[in-house]
Amino acid sequence: MSVAVKNLTKLYGPQKAIDNISFEVKSGEVVGFLGPNGAGKTTTMKIITCFIAPAAGDVEVGGLSIHSHPDEVRQMIGYLPESNPLYTEMPVVDYLEFVGRIQGVPQKQIAGRIREMIDYCGLGIEKHKKIGELSKGYRQRVGLAQAMIHNPDVLILDEPTTGLDPNQIVEIRNLIKNLATNKTIILSTHILQEVEQTCDRILIINKGKIVADDTAKDLRSRREGSEILTVQIEAIPGDDVAGALAGIPGVESAIAISQKPGFYRVQSNPNEKSRKGVFSLCAERKWFLLEMTGKETSLEDVFRELTTDTANE
Amino acid sequence: MNKTWIIAMRELASFFDSLIAYMLIIIFLGITGYFTWLSDGNLFAQGQATLQVFFAWSFWTLFFFIPAITMRTLAEENRSGTIEILITKSVSDWQVVAGKYLACLVLVGIALLCSIPYYFTVSSIASENAGVDHGAIFGGYLGLILLSSAYISIGIFASSLTSNQIVAFLAALVITFFFQFLLELIGRGMGGWMGSLLTYLSAGRHFDSIYRGVMDSRDLLFFISVTAVGLFLSQMVLSKRRWRD
Repeated sequence: MSVAVKNLTKLYGPQKAIDNISFEVKSGEVVGFLGPNGAGKTTTMKIITCFIAPAAGDVEVGGLSIHSHPDEVRQMIGYLPESNPLYTEMPVVDYLEFVGRIQGVPQKQIAGRIREMIDYCGLGIEKHKKIGELSKGYRQRVGLAQAMIHNPDVLILDEPTTGLDPNQIVEIRNLIKNLATNKTIILSTHILQEVEQTCDRILIINKGKIVADDTAKDLRSRREGSEILTVQIEAIPGDDVAGALAGIPGVESAIAISQKPGFYRVQSNPNEKSRKGVFSLCAERKWFLLEMTGKETSLEDVFRELTTDTANE
Repeated sequence: MNKTWIIAMRELASFFDSLIAYMLIIIFLGITGYFTWLSDGNLFAQGQATLQVFFAWSFWTLFFFIPAITMRTLAEENRSGTIEILITKSVSDWQVVAGKYLACLVLVGIALLCSIPYYFTVSSIASENAGVDHGAIFGGYLGLILLSSAYISIGIFASSLTSNQIVAFLAALVITFFFQFLLELIGRGMGGWMGSLLTYLSAGRHFDSIYRGVMDSRDLLFFISVTAVGLFLSQMVLSKRRWRD
């Protein structure tokens, strides 16, 4: 089941929480929703799940609009909100039964679905405890179980792994990965590793606007295109090293790093390499090339570049 | 209706799980029981085989009792954020409000049922020739249920406005105090058509006429209207988040 977000805008007072965003998630796709805090991830998710209304725009889930068919849309979606609110005084099993029944799971199937969810989410030993007595990791599993109890085609998970310890993060991530085979999933996070491991596609949102929409691989290669080198050169005093480096074919810019004398930052043109050029230049001018490090591009760099103020201006 | 009932049952279970239900029923029976059987103005002092004393005291006990039941209904969901889970399931806002209302009404009903032994006691001690006025007793219970229904819907409305249970409790108490007492006082002082309008809006007057055994459709209409308005306003508050801004 596909999710199509069309020109969505939501205002909080005069401030635009999300600003005319559009994207589409195809059936069976897992999309990671990435962005700094306050970028509009949660707002977008709350609109898709029909919790709040947008100021403008529409969302279609499986072809049905949130404005004209909110009940059907809510039926198709399983939602795990950010803070994972639960009725803490209820035992796990009773809670799952309650959610299953209000989501319209037929009476005959309910016991089976609860058993399945308890097995699937590994809640077996905790199933008769009150939710308030569970650890955070188990509560998160209950949150996932309640989202999936009616076997929805679309899952919206708002920061499913925040506040968990590394082992629990891996467990929850594996649960999501197993699900991914037959469900459309939109998950938000600010753990970049997580999106790389679980998502087919990444949407980066900043200040209410989508700034990137690509696969992890493409995002990284987009940045790798312009190689950045840090070089340390011991030159003959008086030579204009930065100017000479900038003159190398394929180099876009070269600047001296002010805090570290003798160090230069060399950025190549997109899809060109300049290591050999730097080496030849040093050989030619009889400079000593002491160090040359290529900077490893990670998704984090891409993220930082796309979501910091300077990158946008 | 089915989903309303599911929500109501969960709500009711949480009343009993958290001991609120037991405590309130004990307090209700304790206060009304003391004044009906033990205090100076008790049933024996009045020398009549009626439950008038019980109904008069229930009228005031429920006035405090109901805001205490309704205060957590929506305020607690707002505070913990569970309202987000509830609203994003395939239930309507109306079903949520109606479910909460029903649960509170059932709880008050259970408390009132616990006072049924009073009725048997009174009928057993009534003198043979006079007997008990069954109609008045039936009217009294009906009046209490109608009054509770109106106050519950006001209480749920107050609870929907806030995420703080104390605020919800006090707001409900202030609003119901107008219906309970103030409107009649103000109305009587004012006179004229405004005065009679305010007096008409007083729950006390309508309750009085019902528990004296006078069944008038205007009294029924009054309580049903207040209930409907309260529930409608609560539902509006819930739906507000879905209005376009």
